[in-house]
Amino acid sequence: MNTSSSAVRTKSNAERKAIRAERFQLLRRNKAFLVGAFILSFWLLIAVFGSMIAPYPYDAMDFMAVSKKPSGTYWFGTNKLGQDVFSRVLAGTQLIVWMSFLATALGTIVGGTLGLAAGYFKGWFDIILMRILEAISAIPVLIVALLAIAALDGQSSGITVGVIGFVFAPNIARTVRAAVLSEAELEYVAAARLRAERTPHILFKEILPNVLPPIIVEFTVRLGYAIFAIATLSFLGAGVEAGSPNWGSQISENWAYIFSNIWWPTLFPAIAIASLAVSVNLISDGLLEVFEV
Amino acid sequence: MSTIPSLELRNLQVQYTVRGIEKDVLRGVSFSIAPGEAYGLVGESGCGKSTAAFAAMRYLPRNGKISGGQILFEGNDMTAMSADEVSNLRKSAISMVYQNPIAALNPTVRIGKQVAEVFELSGESESVAMKHAYEALARVQIADVESVMRRYPHQLSGGMAQRVVIAMALATNPRLLVMDEPTTGLDATVEAEVLELVRQLRRETGTAVLFISHNLGVIRHMCDRVGVLYAGSLVEEGSTEEIFNNPSHPYTVGLLRCIPRGGLHKNTDRLDTILGTPPALGAKFDGCVYVDRCALVEERCRTTKPEAVSIGTGHAASCFNYAQAQSMPRAVDAVQVNVSQDQNRKTTGTRLLNIDHLSKAFTQEGRTVQVVNDVSLSVGVGETLGLVGESGAGKTTIAKLILGLTGSDSGSQVVLDGKNLAATLRKRDISDVGAMQIVFQNPDQALNRRHSVTRIVSRAVQKLRGLNGTESDDRAHELLSGMRVEASLHSARPTQLSGGLKQRVAISRAFAGSPQLVVCDEPTSALDVSVQATILNLLVDLQKQDGTSFIFISHDLGVVRYISDKIAVLYLGRVVEFGDSNQVFGGPHHPYTEALLSSVPNIDGTVRKRIPLTGSVPSPSNPPNGCVLNPRCPRMAGSGVEGLCTTVEPELKEVEPGHFMRCHIPLDQLRVTQQK
Repeated sequence: MNTSSSAVRTKSNAERKAIRAERFQLLRRNKAFLVGAFILSFWLLIAVFGSMIAPYPYDAMDFMAVSKKPSGTYWFGTNKLGQDVFSRVLAGTQLIVWMSFLATALGTIVGGTLGLAAGYFKGWFDIILMRILEAISAIPVLIVALLAIAALDGQSSGITVGVIGFVFAPNIARTVRAAVLSEAELEYVAAARLRAERTPHILFKEILPNVLPPIIVEFTVRLGYAIFAIATLSFLGAGVEAGSPNWGSQISENWAYIFSNIWWPTLFPAIAIASLAVSVNLISDGLLEVFEV
Repeated sequence: MSTIPSLELRNLQVQYTVRGIEKDVLRGVSFSIAPGEAYGLVGESGCGKSTAAFAAMRYLPRNGKISGGQILFEGNDMTAMSADEVSNLRKSAISMVYQNPIAALNPTVRIGKQVAEVFELSGESESVAMKHAYEALARVQIADVESVMRRYPHQLSGGMAQRVVIAMALATNPRLLVMDEPTTGLDATVEAEVLELVRQLRRETGTAVLFISHNLGVIRHMCDRVGVLYAGSLVEEGSTEEIFNNPSHPYTVGLLRCIPRGGLHKNTDRLDTILGTPPALGAKFDGCVYVDRCALVEERCRTTKPEAVSIGTGHAASCFNYAQAQSMPRAVDAVQVNVSQDQNRKTTGTRLLNIDHLSKAFTQEGRTVQVVNDVSLSVGVGETLGLVGESGAGKTTIAKLILGLTGSDSGSQVVLDGKNLAATLRKRDISDVGAMQIVFQNPDQALNRRHSVTRIVSRAVQKLRGLNGTESDDRAHELLSGMRVEASLHSARPTQLSGGLKQRVAISRAFAGSPQLVVCDEPTSALDVSVQATILNLLVDLQKQDGTSFIFISHDLGVVRYISDKIAVLYLGRVVEFGDSNQVFGGPHHPYTEALLSSVPNIDGTVRKRIPLTGSVPSPSNPPNGCVLNPRCPRMAGSGVEGLCTTVEPELKEVEPGHFMRCHIPLDQLRVTQQK
């Protein structure tokens, strides 16, 4: 029996490293991803350390300095209450970053689980579940959110996170289901069944790791939507605790004064929203190219 | 005949740029094809066969480039031509037929229109082009041309689609036809028809053919001369007769020795193999490219490149020791080692698995499709049952029904070791689940690419043996080492392993629960012949050690004959013949078996008369009345029982001891007609 193990080949260590390095390099060379990652890390830093660098407390009012133009003292100017716009933009970061992340994570977990089950079981379960999810996703996000918030009388960020997560779940479920449909046909799933694995193990330990790339991409896409949805809701005065320094409310409180040429309390939070949303979208574009999903 | 060759490659060098590094793929390949000649290129995967074919059309992937040498088409250097000139040549003089015919056709365009487009390209009006398309399709022996012209590609069978592709390739009356694995993936009987067609068209048109195949039998039947490629070098070249009867390069000799030829059987013979694997793309060699695997390697082979030595007329091999090639030592012992013969003898004869009246019908678009129809079989302890038949015969479905992956219809019985098993896995005991396992065809899909090798095997040990933690890991490593998967690879992911290694991991997993029966569903058909030989040897060793029974599914009749004790031949979900391996292969055969056997291109070069099956496999949703084979049966006409054949379905009956057949024609009559 001298059919030695040299009868078989592996990719050399160097080659293995090269493949991993290549994927990393692709990301590093991907301009969209780089710019997005740079902006997002900037906002994450602000979310964590913003309160430390803010020159003033976000709610401190200085009636001697109402509606001041941006200057050395007030970098982004002050609003009609004499509050420092720069400090308020910094203070609003944490809330929107957290809320959008949690809402998307919730939607991904719920939708991902439903999608896994639908793609794996197929048949009636799949048909009924997908019709229900389609019905949910047919209603515009904002309408559902406003209705839910009104019905639950919830001016709380917790309820908003829940509602957005719920509304996002169908889209994520559909993406995951499509990936699982082809994956479940592969023979490693049959092999798992042939050692009497339980269904949750097959779904989460066998199939899930193989459908992660599309889930990650879908997560980043949804994150962008979540940022916009939360900003819009708070602009409409719903979904967040009153008085909290969030970007949407800052815009809604100040936009009317644009016509009096007081543009700065509106412009800076608007730029913040736009740059955060764009950064997330750039990241998802980059991932999409590298994962080729 | 002119003396200018149709195609001549002169010292052709091709490089692929992979991650910024230029890697040699063809290292100075030279050969020429005379007008009207068929030239075959053989070699294992990754040796540059397809690259040579694409280079002959100057059609390389974007990262490929011709870095030296010349491609002369009828004496004109294609490497010096402009893109337009090359494109004109492709339009008028050179055509190519690819491996996957369905993928080569545009799925949204009807066949007639698609074939006509080739003619329209050369400036014909639509109506004239359609007329010519009709003629082109008729030329490739498509029976009902008008209906085929109205169909879309997905409505054609694989064989029919390949005929269409060949018709398109021949539409312009090319002077050179490049065929890259044109019959790989087609069933044996369809393959035989397509090959027959190509041979006939060659006689009619005198087209030169460059024929690429990994199947040596096909090459032997199709080609006048053969070139053996290894690591991008032509190591041997000669007439087909010379290459097969007087191989003179150690690689050619090794390739031929790997193949389970007629007559070899696991009980008496071990297959030889070629140690090692082909070098990685772009490996550098000072001397001979084959040094790492050669049994005759010497010091000078490592330092000096051997020149091609002329051995006979037109026969040359690039080897210093070509004279010893045929007597080179085997890589593995020729004699089968019988590990526990006594134990085997005790247990053989006892029936391990009995399947009775196994049936499965699927509902498809409201119609019932009887995929498996009343199949009864049995497998003895330590025995291999080979399942043979063309695609759609129900081989894989039968395996899934036995394993419980698919639930069988009521009335079906699967009895393992005296115990009646439930139809689905969910209702079976864990010990029964572990007792029957499977090795799939495609190890890429059968192993979870996100799990490490250890985890894949260890998990199976945990579930099927009830071991935990380090115990199961230890047992997994033991199993893997037993299958000769080195310890350094145990933490690797499947994607980092070669095909042969992956299949070893899959086999380790199947044996994790000490199974009594393992289904091998085409376990070697995705592998090169040298790897196939190693895997077959491994399976046989395991069987001899543990007395494991196998159900072995394969379309390769040579492999099935080598490894099987019993054979069941399936047609349209029915067993049409069942018996000992030598009964089924030796005959007298069931008419379908006879046709199947006769369609396999024989590597020994013995010319067999092909018994053609007319028409195509009927749909299982609408099987013919009487015997399901009757519309295609090669032996029905003149048998005197035609009336029975077309009205009554024959029973599977014992025609001689241990030999069962589903045929109305008496055995003696079959014996006489088949001996003619």
